[in-house]
Amino acid sequence: MKASAFDYVRPTTLAEAMSLLARHGGAAKLLAGGQSLLPALNLRLSAPELLIDISRLDTLRGISTTATTLRIGALSRHAEVLASPIIAAHAPLLASALAHVAHPAIRSRGTFGGSLANADPAAELPACVLALAARLIAQGPNGERSIPAQDFFTGLFATALADDEILTAVEIDLTPGAVHGFRELSRRSGDYALVGLAAHGHRQGEGFTDLRLAYFAVGTRATLAPRAAAAVMAGSLEAAAAALAQDLEPHDDLQANAATRLHLARVLLRLVVSDMSSARKDAA
Amino acid sequence: MNITLTVNGARVDADVLPRTHLVDFLREHLALTGSHLGCEHGVCGACTIRLDGQIVRGCLVLAVQADGGVVETIEGLSDTGEIADLQQAFIARNALQCGYCTPGMLIAAQDLLRHGGVPTREAIREHLSGNYCRCTGYQAIIDAVEATAKARAA
Repeated sequence: MKASAFDYVRPTTLAEAMSLLARHGGAAKLLAGGQSLLPALNLRLSAPELLIDISRLDTLRGISTTATTLRIGALSRHAEVLASPIIAAHAPLLASALAHVAHPAIRSRGTFGGSLANADPAAELPACVLALAARLIAQGPNGERSIPAQDFFTGLFATALADDEILTAVEIDLTPGAVHGFRELSRRSGDYALVGLAAHGHRQGEGFTDLRLAYFAVGTRATLAPRAAAAVMAGSLEAAAAALAQDLEPHDDLQANAATRLHLARVLLRLVVSDMSSARKDAA
Repeated sequence: MNITLTVNGARVDADVLPRTHLVDFLREHLALTGSHLGCEHGVCGACTIRLDGQIVRGCLVLAVQADGGVVETIEGLSDTGEIADLQQAFIARNALQCGYCTPGMLIAAQDLLRHGGVPTREAIREHLSGNYCRCTGYQAIIDAVEATAKARAA
């Protein structure tokens, strides 16, 4: 299908984008990489009056580190993050996950921040930022604010961003010596997951500390599984698998029913914990 | 909206509606009908083209977003001879039947091959996993891409 008609504007500064957003509010949509927005427009699931193309705002681009923090500009493209030596050294979970995000011709356009702001429950990156306890940086008319990942995803395609805010970057504390795990089950390489799990923590002896398990494609949004993580840290995989029934609210759809999803979530739990038990530790 | 871009080496100035995506622009404004529209929402890969050196879904990029950009289509890749060997391998291996997916397949395969070396069959499958073919069952396509990689490396 063809998109319905809309106006298009391409601001050259963040300030200009902010003022356009303030003026048009809910009638406008931000266009970054467009790899979720364009399908929605073509299918007429979305029909904004105005597209504000922020893709050339270079200040929202780039991947860098300070002594304590990794910063990923919201407009960093999936292909850039996937190939980045900084990401490989400090947040390899993201590279593991991005290899599962769609296909090369989509990763060349899709953006890190766009995927997070879209908050698709089956997308990989929301779960990754939950597992990494990232902070999402939003710019609004009254300045910048930092939103913890666990407060950011509020529901189905819904986030804590206000209508007049733009996600500008993601910050992640450096965690030298951490280990991560990532797996997803999908019917075809690059498809949305039936169930997926992103995990991050530290190994201590035979067990783990600071472990976070973040599931996606289970329920209406990416979700931390704190009870299961606590059980894994306490040394019981059995208890962890059982706890997933409390942590998750799996849904039914055409691909799998809720019981299947919970079963697959438990399968992934065992696989990912096993992966992490032997995984190489992240760089210092 | 007025846009200026380079298409297969030639400068193009055009006036387009914002909602026109790149493949409709190529097909209807420039009569470059080698880029095909299958699903029009990013799933099938028939519209794969190159934008600024990287492969993209032509149905998921608006023509206005390509303003100032460099577009290469199957017509361009054919005319320059860049993929002549790959095209011959597709013919030799019966890697096409109806031909609808073929332009996208060729561009996606070339995107992998241009990085050099001989990719494993698994890597070829992975790289082409975003391109649907409803005729061949894929085996012959993988054969053709692998044969081309080996011939180029020899």
